Amino acid sequence: MQAPSIGRNVLRREAREKVTGRARYVDDVTFPDMIHGATVRSSVPRGKITKIHFDPSVPWDEVTVVTAKDLPGANVIALIVDDQPCLADGFINHSEEPVVLLAHPDRATLERARRGVRIEVEELPAVLSIDEALAKRRIAWGEDNIFKEYFIKKGDVDAALASADVTIFEAEYETGAQEQLYIENNGMIGVFSETDGVTVWGSLQCPYYVQKALMRLFDLPAEKARVVQLETGGGFGGKEEYPSMIGAHAALLAMKAKRPVKIIYDRAEDMAATTKRHPSRTRHRMAVKRDGTIAAMDIDFVIDGGAYATLSQVVLSRGCIHAAGPYQVPNVRIRARAVATNTPPHGAFRGFGAPQSIFALERHLDLVARKLGMTPEAIRRKNFVKHGGTLATGQVVRDEIDMNALLDRALRESDYHEKRKRFARENEGSAIQRGIGIACFLHGTGFTGSGEKYLASVVGVEGTPEGRVRVLASSTEIGQGTNTIFAQIAADALGVDADSIEIAQPDTSKVPNSGPTVASRTCTIVGKLVETAARSIRQTLVDAKLLKEPYTPDAFRAAVTRHVNEIGPLRAKTTYEQPKWLKWDEVNFIGDAYGSFSWAVYVAEVAVDTRTYEATCTDFVALQEVGKVIHPVLAAGQIEGGVAQGIGWALYENVVWKNGRMSNDRMTDYIMPTAADLPPIRCFFEEVPYDGGPSGAKGIGELPMDGPAPAILNAIEDAVGASIARIPATPEVVMDAMTRGR
Amino acid sequence: MSGADEVKIAFTVNDDRVEVTARPMARLLDVLREDLRLTGAKEGCGEGECGACAVIIDGALVNSCLVPALQIEGARVTTIEGLAKGETLSKIQQAFVQHGGAQCGICTPGMILAAKSLLDRVPHPTEAQIREGLAGNLCRCTGYVRIFEAVVRACEAP
Repeated sequence: MQAPSIGRNVLRREAREKVTGRARYVDDVTFPDMIHGATVRSSVPRGKITKIHFDPSVPWDEVTVVTAKDLPGANVIALIVDDQPCLADGFINHSEEPVVLLAHPDRATLERARRGVRIEVEELPAVLSIDEALAKRRIAWGEDNIFKEYFIKKGDVDAALASADVTIFEAEYETGAQEQLYIENNGMIGVFSETDGVTVWGSLQCPYYVQKALMRLFDLPAEKARVVQLETGGGFGGKEEYPSMIGAHAALLAMKAKRPVKIIYDRAEDMAATTKRHPSRTRHRMAVKRDGTIAAMDIDFVIDGGAYATLSQVVLSRGCIHAAGPYQVPNVRIRARAVATNTPPHGAFRGFGAPQSIFALERHLDLVARKLGMTPEAIRRKNFVKHGGTLATGQVVRDEIDMNALLDRALRESDYHEKRKRFARENEGSAIQRGIGIACFLHGTGFTGSGEKYLASVVGVEGTPEGRVRVLASSTEIGQGTNTIFAQIAADALGVDADSIEIAQPDTSKVPNSGPTVASRTCTIVGKLVETAARSIRQTLVDAKLLKEPYTPDAFRAAVTRHVNEIGPLRAKTTYEQPKWLKWDEVNFIGDAYGSFSWAVYVAEVAVDTRTYEATCTDFVALQEVGKVIHPVLAAGQIEGGVAQGIGWALYENVVWKNGRMSNDRMTDYIMPTAADLPPIRCFFEEVPYDGGPSGAKGIGELPMDGPAPAILNAIEDAVGASIARIPATPEVVMDAMTRGR
Repeated sequence: MSGADEVKIAFTVNDDRVEVTARPMARLLDVLREDLRLTGAKEGCGEGECGACAVIIDGALVNSCLVPALQIEGARVTTIEGLAKGETLSKIQQAFVQHGGAQCGICTPGMILAAKSLLDRVPHPTEAQIREGLAGNLCRCTGYVRIFEAVVRACEAP
């Protein structure tokens, strides 16, 4: 038999193409006769369109122009709620709303045309913050500016808050928007033909989301709305929902121009117009006993969804469920609201609401510990949930997790206790103040609650005449390693080497819908389907007496070839089935929110320069339990990259809003960490296999986004005693906290 | 654009002599990607911040989005396409493949050229020199950890 490939660092599938420059991203692809497309957007956050002016000096007869009047089907980007138009028709709800589409063969002329369109708007007062949305003096959406409201209720919070033996600790926390900042900007190519319908090619995470949007917009059946993913230069959630918009625009222009149309956003357009992480505000009221036992958590969690519903309700549910962390608390009340504002819609970004609510909780625990005279470590140990314990939704923890042991190891790997002593000594009289902080958290794998059941993902596996096996899934490779781990999983299920496995290009005309590439679900949920489907064709070969166990890889290949050539197609399809034990009440948020969780303890060290108020992260330990690690290098790559984004969110990445628009829409003044800004990121794994994942794997992609910000802010407080309740903690914010009350 | 505005520019790309007709202020990035179909250099920001379009001109690492075509008359340009010899990868490319230096891959061509530029000057850099040498190239996937690892391993390779 072939040695297992799971657990080994097999080479990344597309690595060779990527290091030689041969990998083809959307901007590298051209079609015969292809022209370029551009988008004309509103420039005010809210108002009525009164007129669209076209500068007569532009040769308009050469330019393809599309407005809302040209739409063949419904004017909507179909997702969850049908509220977002593909092109604004009469009304503007945010400052980057697409109004007119243009295409021309020459990019310079196209740019002239774009500048030659002026949209006249009768401006209306806008809602531009969470506070304004909640005040409801102006209504940006629906009747009350509320996209969605969820509650979690466990025990009796009011009784616990009124109890004589507790102290109440209250505070408010805020997190800012964050741009995904994949280095490849969004882009799509649209092709239209009367016979085949629309096809879009591009940079995207979720082919079937784009297909769904195209079907509504063009009023076409699925077989006439085809979506193909090209090599994708990073996503992080930023290419989850917005590609539906760009794909739709490219396809509309292609239909009217009768030629393929490519739309590539430049950095400024991508930053200003596409989705970002939801800004958040969390209020904590916590009842704690003298010994540090948390008697009750009362949490009010609000996220800013922007102008349209998009995915905000799903982001909200994840943020809401993660708000109480990995702690066993008898009484919990969480009120979670997603509100509307007249800013471009916020959307998916790695962590999906959880980093926001976890930031608030992990900062709040340090505040409570300090006021009680306890260590940050002690208050967490007092309240950790254990195997068999219950989380906020009443979910019983099935994972064999020991958070105390995880914390022990993280503190040991980071030399935490020794450093605390040393920093206390060395900080005396020094301009550089050092500190160290921790964060403890969990992250649910896959869609929340019954989400995976509704998705009902399908994966196909088929044999080729050459005796190889091809995996058919809509899960996209966006840098995280989908192609490589799917090959490993299929290889081990079949007893062959990973090189014998092919991964089909995600193309809705060729692969089944295995769901979106989001929610840390690809390895665990879709990977499990790959494993099951692969085992099924192995069984088919055994049953057909073409293969006898144990067998060699050569015997397997010969059996596949014989089956395909002599019996017929060798294919299997597997559809997701929810574990029987999983029970979720989606109205009351009670029960098993996720099939499994990944668990982590992160430790950050910082140096704060008390002359410049600049905080720098100087060392980072990331310890996590993620079930079986399929590919150690790829897994570590996910953690290290996620931690880097978390450090950026905590310290540097500041979206500056001006009248509902991102004003620092360029890499020059929106600062992400460079190689010179980051500390060593030391990554460690514990592996407790989960029976719902392939070989026991759990989710990994989003987890590392949750821990860095609270660990870093806790470290800043440890260093300089300033309690900072909002991020990013830019020098201005640190200065404000350090000089407050002076 | 009318042909009258354009000029002929001759230079060397990856050891090949080429001549293009371009507007004098056309970006080298566009000349490479569109006129010569060398699409390994990527546009990430268009203002010299991200390094995805980096190429080596006469031995110096340069962001090709900031270089006007006129300026490359007679120059020697190395792009990512010029690093491998046939199917044999360069040491740095090989190290990126083996040690996880590429994730989504969009920064990889620029990053590898930045690493080459560094190692051409400093064959055995310290960690601080690697961080400094790659600080002009942004990567959003890796946190740079595996990229440093790949550069260190490339120095050790025979």
